[in-house]
Amino acid sequence: MPNKNSITLTIDGQEVTVPEGATILEAAKQAGIDIPVICYHEATTANGLCRICVTDVNGGRLLQPACVAQCQADSSVETRNERVERSRKTILEMLNASVDLSEAPEIQEMMSNYQADSERFPDAKSRDHAIIDDNPFYIRDYSQCVLCWRCVQVCAEDAQYTFALTLGERGHDTEVATSFDISMTESPCVFCGQCVGVCPTGALKSKVEFGMQQGLSADEIRQSTRKSRKRKSLNDK
Amino acid sequence: MIQVLSPEKVVKTTCPYCGVGCQMNIHIKDNAIYRVEAPFDSAPNYGNLCVKGRFGLDFATHPRRLQHPLIKENGEFREATWDEALNFIADKLATIVQESGGDSVATYACAKATNEDNYIFQKFVRAVLKTNNVDHCARLCHAGSVTGLQLAIGSSAMSNSIAEMENLDTFIVTGSNTTETHPVISLFLKKAVRQNGAKLIVIDPRQIELTDFATLWLRQKPGTDVVVFQAIAYVIVKEELYDEAFIEARTEDFEEYVRSLEGCTPEWAEEISGVPADDIRKAARMYAEADRAAFYWGMGISQSVHGTDNALSLANLALMTGNLGKAGTGLNPLRGQNNVQGCSDSGGLPNVFTAYQRVDDPETKLKFEQAWKTTLNPEPGLTVTEMVDGALNGNIRAMLVMGENPMMSEPNLSHAQHAIEELDLLVCIDIFMNETGEMADVILPSASFAEKDGTFTNSDRRIQRVRQALPAVGQSRPDWELLCDLAKRIESRLGVSESAGFDYADAEAIWEEMREVTPPFYGITYERIDREGGVHWPCPALDHPGTPYLFEDTFPRGRGKFWALEYTSDSEHPDDDYPYHLTTGRVLFHWHGGTMTRRTKLEEAFPEPIVEMHPEDAQKLEIISGDWVEVTSRRGTVVCRVMVTGRSPVGTIFLPFHFVEAAANLLTLDKIDPRAKIPDFKMAAVNLKKVAAPEREGADEALEERGAIKDPTKYVH
Repeated sequence: MPNKNSITLTIDGQEVTVPEGATILEAAKQAGIDIPVICYHEATTANGLCRICVTDVNGGRLLQPACVAQCQADSSVETRNERVERSRKTILEMLNASVDLSEAPEIQEMMSNYQADSERFPDAKSRDHAIIDDNPFYIRDYSQCVLCWRCVQVCAEDAQYTFALTLGERGHDTEVATSFDISMTESPCVFCGQCVGVCPTGALKSKVEFGMQQGLSADEIRQSTRKSRKRKSLNDK
Repeated sequence: MIQVLSPEKVVKTTCPYCGVGCQMNIHIKDNAIYRVEAPFDSAPNYGNLCVKGRFGLDFATHPRRLQHPLIKENGEFREATWDEALNFIADKLATIVQESGGDSVATYACAKATNEDNYIFQKFVRAVLKTNNVDHCARLCHAGSVTGLQLAIGSSAMSNSIAEMENLDTFIVTGSNTTETHPVISLFLKKAVRQNGAKLIVIDPRQIELTDFATLWLRQKPGTDVVVFQAIAYVIVKEELYDEAFIEARTEDFEEYVRSLEGCTPEWAEEISGVPADDIRKAARMYAEADRAAFYWGMGISQSVHGTDNALSLANLALMTGNLGKAGTGLNPLRGQNNVQGCSDSGGLPNVFTAYQRVDDPETKLKFEQAWKTTLNPEPGLTVTEMVDGALNGNIRAMLVMGENPMMSEPNLSHAQHAIEELDLLVCIDIFMNETGEMADVILPSASFAEKDGTFTNSDRRIQRVRQALPAVGQSRPDWELLCDLAKRIESRLGVSESAGFDYADAEAIWEEMREVTPPFYGITYERIDREGGVHWPCPALDHPGTPYLFEDTFPRGRGKFWALEYTSDSEHPDDDYPYHLTTGRVLFHWHGGTMTRRTKLEEAFPEPIVEMHPEDAQKLEIISGDWVEVTSRRGTVVCRVMVTGRSPVGTIFLPFHFVEAAANLLTLDKIDPRAKIPDFKMAAVNLKKVAAPEREGADEALEERGAIKDPTKYVH
C-alpha cells in the first residue's frame, strides 16, 4: 500500500506535493512537466536502464534517473538544465551510433530536440543482427534493439509469466534471446505478443506489418511461412 | 532505410474471440489489419492480448470469405442476388409457417454476432415466425452452470468482475484450462498468486498450466466433481467453518442440506475421486477460512450429464461461506465466446426475451406485444439439442442458423447429420462456408466483426463497443440488416397489417429500442460506452454506475437456496471394449469449430489435431509421440497423431474439438443433463490403436517440426 504521508519538493521551480515514495517521473507528470523516456513503460517495472530520463537533484554530483529515483522532501529538481541536456544528448548519440533507430520516430524526435549529432561516433561498432524469422507471428530484428528490457519483463513477471525471453551474451554483444538460443517455436513462448506491444523500436513487429513494409501483397503475406532457422534444439541430444 | 508504416486509421474495438472482451486498437492500411495493440489504460485487459487477438484477426480479410448469397441447385451452390436469395427463403419459410405453424421452424442465434444482431434475430423469430424456438451454442457450453445458478440464486452471469481478480485472497479454478481458453484472465489470476500471495486451488484432472501456480492441486477422476465438492462442504460443516450470519440472513434450507451431507466424508470422496482425503480437508479450510474466496470455472464443470449438480455444488460452498456479494468473491463461470453472455442477454434463448424476461410471463408478453405491435407465442421453445431431435422426427421442417456450426459443435455428429438432412429448408448466415453451410439450401454472407458496428457483452457483463474498421467484403451485410430485410419480406407474404418494426438507421437505433424494453440495460447508451469504455449491466438508469459485482444485498430469487445433491454416475464409463476415457476441449491457438482460426496464421502454429495421452498408457500400447492412432467410440472413429504427455491422467485421453479432419464430436455421445439439456462432452469411452499415417497434408513431416505444437508440461514456471 502506498504510504499516505506526502512530501513537497520543487520541480523546475514549481512546488509539487506527492505521496511519499513517488518517483520524480510521477511527480513531474503531476506537475505537467514532460521528461523523455525510452526504457520506461507504464506497464513494466522501471529499471533506470537507458538514463534518458536523468534529472538534476539539488545539483548533486550524479544525475538521478527520474523513473526510479524517489522524490525527497524539500529537494529541488531540474528536469532540463545544461548538465541534463548534455547527458541526454550523449546518450542519444551513443545509442544512434550502435543501433538502427530508423523505425523509432520518438527517439529520432528526441535526437533533434537535443540536437544530437548522428555522426559523433563514426567508428562505433554497430549492433548488426540478421532478422530472426522463426515463428508464424512476429519477426525479431535485434539491429533495432535498444535493450530496454521491456519485452523480457512482460514475458516474465510484468504480464505473461511465460519466461521465454532472457538476455544472452555480454557487454556490447548483449542481446535479447531465448534460453540456449532455441527457436521461439521450441521455447515456452505462447505468442501473446505482449513483447511486440511494448517494443519502442521496430525490433519486434508482426509479420503482416513486416511483409507490408517489404511491399508484399496480402496474399503473399498469407502464403508466406516461417523460414526454418535450424538452431541447436533442446530435443537434439 | 525501412519504411515505417503509418495507419490510415486506428479503430478501437472489441476482440472477436473469447469472453474476456479485450479492447484493442486495430491499425488499418490498404484495407488490411497490420498491427493490433491493446490500450494500457483500458479495462478489462489493460494492454494485454493473447495470440488470437493480436495475430489472429486475418480471417476477416481471407480470400475465401463468402462474397455473395448462394443458392443450392442440383446439389451445387450458385451465386445469387440478395433479392433472389431473400425471396427464396421468404417464400419457403412463409409456406412452412402457414402449413405447419411457426413452431416447425428452429433457429440458432449467434454467440459471435453483436447484441443488436441477436436482438433483431429473436425479434424476427418471435414476432414474425411466432415461435420461441431460438437457442444458441450456450446450450452446449454453460447450460449446466446457468441452470444450476438459476436454481441456487436466480442469476447465472459471472457474479464478479475481471478487475477484482488481481486482489483475490483465495480462489478455486476448476474445469477451466484458463491459460489457453481465457488467456488474458489467466494473467490476472497468475498475478494474484505471484505478486499478491493469493492462494490458488486447482481442481482438475488435467495438469493444466495453472497447476504450476497452485498452492494445492486436487486431481479428481473425470466425472467425480460433485463428490469432491460435497466432501469439501462436509469438512466445512464438521469443522464449523461456515458463515453463520450469512447463512441466517441470506439463505434457506441449510439444515436440510447439512443432513444430506451425512456420509460425504473426505475418505468416501477419496475412494471415488482418487483425491487424497487430507488434500480435501486442506482445500476446505483454505477456501472457508479466507476473507474473500472466489470460484472460477469453465466447461469441465458445465459440460456434463450432472452439469447442473456440479454448479449447484459450487453454489452451496459459496453460500455456506458467505463468499458472494462482495468484491473478490463470487461464482464465476468463464464464458467461452466473445458475446455468448450478450446473445443470452439479448433474448437468444427459448424461454426468455432480453435480460431473462420470461416469455410465459403474461405481463412481459404484453409489454413486448405492445412494443412490437403483434401477438406473441407464450410457449417456451426448443433447446438446440431438442431441435436436432425435432428435425429427425419431423416436427422441425426448417432451420435458420446464424453464424454457428452445429455440424462441428453438436455431440454425436453422425446423429446430427442425419437429422439435418431431413429438413425441408436449411438457411445459414455466415462469414465462411463451413461444415453446416455445406448442407444448406441457401447461404447469406454476413459482415465480420471488423465490418460492422454494435456491442458485445463480455464474460463479466461489461457491454463494450464493436466499431467498423473495414468495408464489408463483397456483398456481405451486417446480420441485423439482412435479417430486417428478410423479416419484412416474410411479413408481407404472411399478410401482416402492421410490421413489428424492422426499419433501423443503424446499430445504435436497435440498441435504443433494446434499452427501452429492457430495464437492466436502460442506463447504457453508445455515447456512455464511448466515454467510459464499457458498462457492467445491470444498469437501470443513466446516472447508475453499472454493477461490477452482483448480489450485494439480495439474490434475484430472494434467499440463496442450498440444494441437497446425490452423486450418481450414469455417464459412459470405460469398459473392456472401450477402455479409455475421452475428454474434449480447446487449445490456445484455435477457437471452437475452427471456422475463423483455421483461416489465420494461427493455423500455422497448430495445423493438426493431436490426442494427448499419458506415458503409462502409451507404453502399454507401444506408442510414442508423433505416432498415428485411430480413436474409436461406439459412435465413430477419428485418426490423428499422439502427443505423449503427463498432462492427461492415466487412462484418460484429451482431444481438441477444433479439427474437422478428426472431429472430436464424432466420438462424443448425445446423452444430456436432464435439467440443463447439455451434452456430456467430457465423458466418452474410447479405444485406441496404432495405425499407418493417412494421406493428409503434412503427414510426412515430424510432429515437432509442425508449427508450435509442444508439451507445456516440459516448461517450469
